[in-house]
Amino acid sequence: MLNLRHSVLPGFRLSFGITLFWLALIVLLPFAALVYSTVGMGWDGFAAAVGSPRVMASIRLSFATAGLSALINLVFGFLVAWVLVRYPFPGKRLVDALVDLPFALPTAVAGIALTTLYAPNGWIGQYLAPLGIKVAFTPLGIIVALTFIGLPFVVRTVQPVLEDLEKELEEAATCLGANRWDIFRRVIFPATLPALITGGTMAFARATGEYGSVIFIAGNIPMVSEIAPLIIVSKLDQFDQQGATAVALVMLGISFVFLLLINLIQWWAARRHGAR
Amino acid sequence: MKLRALAGLLAVVLSAHALADVSLLNVSYDVMRDFYKDYNPAFQKAYKAKTGETVTIQQSHGGSSKQALSVANGLAADVITMNQASDIDLLATRGLIPANWASRLPNASVPFTSTTVFLVRKGNPHKVRDWNDLAKPGVQVIIPNPKTSGNGRYTYLAAWGAGLKQPGGSEAKARALVAGIFKNVPVLDGGGRAATTTFMQRQIGDVLVTFENEAELIAREFGRGSFEIVYPPLSVLAENPVAIVDKVVDKKGSRKQAEDYLRFLWSNEGQTIAAQNYLRPQDKAVAQKFDAQFPYVKTFTVQSVFGSWAAVNKKHFADGGVFDQIYSKH
Repeated sequence: MLNLRHSVLPGFRLSFGITLFWLALIVLLPFAALVYSTVGMGWDGFAAAVGSPRVMASIRLSFATAGLSALINLVFGFLVAWVLVRYPFPGKRLVDALVDLPFALPTAVAGIALTTLYAPNGWIGQYLAPLGIKVAFTPLGIIVALTFIGLPFVVRTVQPVLEDLEKELEEAATCLGANRWDIFRRVIFPATLPALITGGTMAFARATGEYGSVIFIAGNIPMVSEIAPLIIVSKLDQFDQQGATAVALVMLGISFVFLLLINLIQWWAARRHGAR
Repeated sequence: MKLRALAGLLAVVLSAHALADVSLLNVSYDVMRDFYKDYNPAFQKAYKAKTGETVTIQQSHGGSSKQALSVANGLAADVITMNQASDIDLLATRGLIPANWASRLPNASVPFTSTTVFLVRKGNPHKVRDWNDLAKPGVQVIIPNPKTSGNGRYTYLAAWGAGLKQPGGSEAKARALVAGIFKNVPVLDGGGRAATTTFMQRQIGDVLVTFENEAELIAREFGRGSFEIVYPPLSVLAENPVAIVDKVVDKKGSRKQAEDYLRFLWSNEGQTIAAQNYLRPQDKAVAQKFDAQFPYVKTFTVQSVFGSWAAVNKKHFADGGVFDQIYSKH
């Protein structure tokens, strides 16, 4: 337990006060406005706004595609981080910098670029179309877009953990007769698991609310490829601010439950494997 | 002391600025960008010649309903120029303008109109001539989402009206026709421009349904070689209403300039610029001059078939309305 009095940096009360104030101003206040704007509509209005089949379908789609893209990013983000940490190769710095590009790009631009690639007459789409694979304007296209914007989260959280892993641990494991798979399974994977979960969670959370990159590639067909953020925007277009905030609140609620569960898993994993 | 001097100086500079120069903010929707780029300098020149005053005009473009909402929420627009009356009605319900705003300018405050037409691929391989052809199996139709786009709304209403007014037409037949057409829509883009991109650049769909003036912009942008414009026998009259935002102009003292700015839309010069941008002018003489450019289409207004925009939105586009019902039957 940290001794507050003798902490290296002074001023716990001041910094804690600033923390609370800042969080309230930047995070809690907008959420409170969301709740405030929704409360006026009453339960019946709320149920009507959220319960329609079209809205339910879009919420399901948003979470399913966000979840799948987070899983894809977990696997390939780990691989990318692994390669970047463990192997020297020419142009490594460049590749390392490339990873952050999805962060920097306006998401609408990303969406248009991806659609250009995967549309039936696009660079990649034209070869997939004869195989009967439609990417753009289907839920598959949504997953592609969400995977694109979520990649940096996993790479950037796993990378420093892999860098900090001590070589001696693996050497010791080898001396004790472990093969490569054992080393991965019992030494490397448990150590990186908390970071993987964190990165995957952030990718997932980011993907659930993603709008710009998705609307161009999704096709936006109701009940098929219409995401929840689009429903929210279309409600705003009809000047139905309460309906929009109602759907937003439901999404936030579901996200919060997911994040809480994932945090519990992470806590459990960290305890079980004795990591930090 | 210093601060007060500075503030005084600032006040003098600002008021001098205000005297010499009035600036108007015109909040408009996306597709009007090209029109106002031509119109604003023409108005400024005419106004300077008439009064000796310089008026600067700032433009704000975006999705029609989003723009209207911004103004309702306090964006200080002197004038608002939209593509459907319901967006301006919003300002009336919020008390920014009187409810009878449409009666303050000629033609119910609509300086020019457009209509909804079909773009088909060269040679019209699917022989698309009328709204019923859009509902045929195997024809892919590109229409923007009526929930997020005025363009899509007019298309939907045009099809509904055509279904209603066809021989033996009825409410049920109109609904079946609209449902059939939207079953053929493979991509529901958010707005008219996105739909154009889908049709022209991604080469998706057999028919793009859009405004006549947008069709002409496409011809300028992509050339006329790859598509044909088909005028359906009956279509909707797309009206582009304009209004002064009273609350704002009274506060700023810019009412005179704002009124002149809008009235100039009906001048010979304003109408000609509209026609050059493929918007159908209200002025008979100007319309005659550009006759060759605008083939005759029989049109109906939204009011004549549906009563009012408020009724339209309630019945068709509100949550659980007809548009939602069409899609929840999949």
